[in-house]
Amino acid sequence: MTLFVQQLLIGIGNGVIYASVALALVLIYRTTGILNFAQGEMALVTTYVLWQLTDSGVPIGAAVPLAVVVGFVMGALIERVIVRRVEESSALTVVIVTIGMFLAANSIAQFFFGSDSKIVPRSIPDKATTIADVKITLQPIALAGLLVLECLVLWLLLQRTKLGLALRAVSSNPDSSRLVGISTGTMLMAGWAIAAALGALGGAAAVSGGEALDASLMQRLLVFAFAAAAIGGFDSPLGAVVGGIIVGVANAMTTTYLADANNGVDWLKGITLVVPFGLIALVLLFRPTGLFGRRVVERV
Amino acid sequence: MSLGAPSVLEVNDLRGSYGPVRVLHGLSFEVHASEIVVILGANGSGKTSTLRAISGMISASGSVKLGGEEILGKRPEVIARRGVAHVPQGRGTFAELTVEENLRAGAYTRKDPQIDTDIERWYGVFPRLKERRGQAAGSMSGGEQQMLAVSRALMMSPRLLLLDEPSLGLAPLVTQELFQRLGELNRQTSIAMLVVEQNANLTLKIAHRGYVLEAGEIVASGSSAELAENDEVRRAYLGM
Repeated sequence: MTLFVQQLLIGIGNGVIYASVALALVLIYRTTGILNFAQGEMALVTTYVLWQLTDSGVPIGAAVPLAVVVGFVMGALIERVIVRRVEESSALTVVIVTIGMFLAANSIAQFFFGSDSKIVPRSIPDKATTIADVKITLQPIALAGLLVLECLVLWLLLQRTKLGLALRAVSSNPDSSRLVGISTGTMLMAGWAIAAALGALGGAAAVSGGEALDASLMQRLLVFAFAAAAIGGFDSPLGAVVGGIIVGVANAMTTTYLADANNGVDWLKGITLVVPFGLIALVLLFRPTGLFGRRVVERV
Repeated sequence: MSLGAPSVLEVNDLRGSYGPVRVLHGLSFEVHASEIVVILGANGSGKTSTLRAISGMISASGSVKLGGEEILGKRPEVIARRGVAHVPQGRGTFAELTVEENLRAGAYTRKDPQIDTDIERWYGVFPRLKERRGQAAGSMSGGEQQMLAVSRALMMSPRLLLLDEPSLGLAPLVTQELFQRLGELNRQTSIAMLVVEQNANLTLKIAHRGYVLEAGEIVASGSSAELAENDEVRRAYLGM
């Protein structure tokens, strides 16, 4: 039972990180209809920036917000310089471009920062308390708090501000948006900027406990984030969060009970990466729009 | 409407094409202040392209002047800010947004404090929109969506309202009500309107003047009364 609760907490902690990146995916998908395969690698670059900042003596508490700002600017630039040229093209072209950006961002990160692992100082202190034999660490709880805050800010932005209204209008009908005077280009740029900033926060969360940073950090994370978004429904921010936590918990449980070297099942050692895909298949089989995705009913 | 009224819209030698296919062959027409002008034409005559060229949604050559200023070649969002409100064919409402959010999106470029007053004003004109203010626009009937599309355009406080086949897909009674409202709006607000339609019967009743478009060229023009008497128009558009 103790092991179970502990794993549940670890799962939620990881799930929160997946949810952060999934939120970024959902935001870009909602505003532009693009699935950004480079989301994880963009976060990789900002996480390296985070490391570089701390390595040059910037305290971690200041480095995280700076990395988020770098992400915001990078997202805006990527939209303006690369994505805008293909936004009108077919979905396939756009997917190939984002995969190209995925490879480019990863190679650029390796070129500048090398392939050895870096250690980013802890941004969340290594504190723990024991309640009824269960060791509760601060990290998952702090990350969950961060995620709640992220969701609240995002919800307020989308539902309660003029910018949010314009972002949703562009995602609903780009032509009509232009006809009421909304500059779609500016809105798409804003969408990419906000998503990249969210991704940067996800990257910082992934190394918040002093985890090692190398060029492969985000690839695994992106798989789980995609699973989270697909399970929750690509157009639902709430779905991204719930999906992220489902994937995180499922992953922690399979790692402990099925694939662990000591108490796992011998022939199930490689199952951990199967879980997210299995969950995607299961959800899509019964709810093709995801758990929280909306099927838009439109009368004409 | 007197011909001496200043022009809101002056279109000269407008030519436009979709790729290699020319659809507009040098149109010239104008809309005066507080006037309703109709362009009658069959499917494929270039009605929609004419409106899309005016609002900057397709590239075209020639001249389009709004209040004396050239707007041809400007981006749609810029033209919208200058005061052209285009209600596109198929209504173009934001289906996932609520009725009220649609209206607020219409006021996107406005910074004056009258926005809430205006929303109530158009709710007064179209009470059904008020009943459905919190409902997603896409879930409403075609007629309600058309009323929303018109109200959203009016929220822009436009100088010129472009209406692309507002009667399309609507039941005759709903169309009649809509045209009646449009006529009243024009009398009360003196917003100039350019309506393209196949439904000549109803449009000629509210319009002051009109043009007949055939294969991208204007083949007849005159006051609504003159057009209603025109043999060609009677045969092709009034079914007489």
